Amino acid sequence: MSGETEYAYVVEGKMALPYQYFAGAVGSKFLIALRDEKRILGVRCPKCETTFVPPRQTCERCFSDLTSHWVDVGSSGEITGYTVINYKEPYQPKEPPYVLALIKLDGADTPFAHILNCADGAQPAIGMRVRAVFSKEPKDNILAISHFELEP
Amino acid sequence: MAKHRGAGGRVAICAVAQTKFERDKWQVRFQGMLWEVVEKVLRQTGLQFGAGGIEAAVTVSDDVFDARTISDGAITDVVGAHHQSEEKVAADGAQGVYYAAATILSNHHDIVLLAGHCKESQSASRNQITHLAFDPFYTRPVGLDYVAAAALQAQAYMARTGVTEAQLADVVVRSRKWARENPVAQETAAVTREQALAAPMLAAPIRQSFMYPVSDGAIAMILASEERAAELTDRPVWITGLGNCYDSFFLGERDLAGNFSLERAAKKAYEMAGVTHPTDAFEVVEIADQYAHQQPQYAEGLALCPARQGAKWLADGGPEKQHVNRSGGMLAGNPLILGGMARVAEAVIQLRGEAGSRQVPGAKRALAHGATGPAGQLQTVVVLEN
Repeated sequence: MSGETEYAYVVEGKMALPYQYFAGAVGSKFLIALRDEKRILGVRCPKCETTFVPPRQTCERCFSDLTSHWVDVGSSGEITGYTVINYKEPYQPKEPPYVLALIKLDGADTPFAHILNCADGAQPAIGMRVRAVFSKEPKDNILAISHFELEP
Repeated sequence: MAKHRGAGGRVAICAVAQTKFERDKWQVRFQGMLWEVVEKVLRQTGLQFGAGGIEAAVTVSDDVFDARTISDGAITDVVGAHHQSEEKVAADGAQGVYYAAATILSNHHDIVLLAGHCKESQSASRNQITHLAFDPFYTRPVGLDYVAAAALQAQAYMARTGVTEAQLADVVVRSRKWARENPVAQETAAVTREQALAAPMLAAPIRQSFMYPVSDGAIAMILASEERAAELTDRPVWITGLGNCYDSFFLGERDLAGNFSLERAAKKAYEMAGVTHPTDAFEVVEIADQYAHQQPQYAEGLALCPARQGAKWLADGGPEKQHVNRSGGMLAGNPLILGGMARVAEAVIQLRGEAGSRQVPGAKRALAHGATGPAGQLQTVVVLEN
């Protein structure tokens, strides 16, 4: 090769930056209850009649302050969507293949994404009942729920 | 101070240039890649940087893709923005078109250089970049990235509409067929339906072949007020409609099988352009199909076919009849953040009658679409006319 590759020097680099994030007052309460009491909390917007899990301070639809509108939601629910992750990345919570599912807990109106362990080759499907399996180790994020499993 | 020329007037795209899109332009710095296209639009218009020429730039780039923060700081010289005005869009490039048009319509400037670049090949993994778009409490810990989000969207969309894997494979086959007619397209090797269906499954139902490839490239445009456009080109292409809309952040709070934000973005753009019957309003349609299922899904959102009728639209040859993605679309290769900008570029080329063997004869009005964020959270729609 000549011309544009005659002088072509590639520098190897890596970006890795430890950081801290404040979870917010509402997020902190949710994460502490999840970690310490294995309780799953949501916030309910009285105007929109919608229970959000994970919770947030302000309703995205009507902008009501939801800080004091806590409700307990169940630790069981149903699958509203899913995929099977087959590619590997360092940030993934477990070795592929694994199921990533959207799960709507009983009493909640908003599904959220989490890992679904399917034993013995069971296939996920929309509407299947699942339940939370809490982490044995204290975790300071949503992985305080280790994963979900199909209800027997 | 600019005179009041833009307000209530029209904005024209007066020049467009694209690099060839490639898997790995390792021997070209992103600044060099960008200069290749900036130089071309300067030549096309005869413009120079500085007073009376280009006094403002809107750039499109992404910090994490460029592996440095304030990514535009690395290219202000390339776009002539040292000692001048520059604004950066860190989202889909169709948003850059929106910003540049707004700059002119608001009387800040009569001429704007719009320039976007991205070398996706620089990072070890695009997924590690899109993973960072998620929050650190609820969604990052479970490993979400744009592929996983798109897979959840695809599953929901296919379950609702009955679009099949074979239909998605045919979208890829057709993309490659048209890409061969586009000199800047990246993925031009013919594939069969069987080959597309044999590609590895990344995240069901998304196969490797159903996903846009890793891509490097740059695009530049010159936008101008109606008053100045005539000096710059005898073939101006007018932006007659613009609209955008964000959907909710959390995937579970969206209707992933639907098109909440795209429908609203399209409505705004169509109202502005006076488009009342989108199914036959456009001779050229460019959809940002990062994933094959998004071509029919977003066609629904753009009202090119009735909602939930994407499977029928594909079966009836909708993409061919409505001249969708004769550029090859994003499946033929564009960097993520330039997807919508490449769609606008193709629309301009078609409306100028410069599209060669893929030209839609007599094209008068085009629709260009861009999307960014997980599962198309932010949608942008641009209507263009000659």
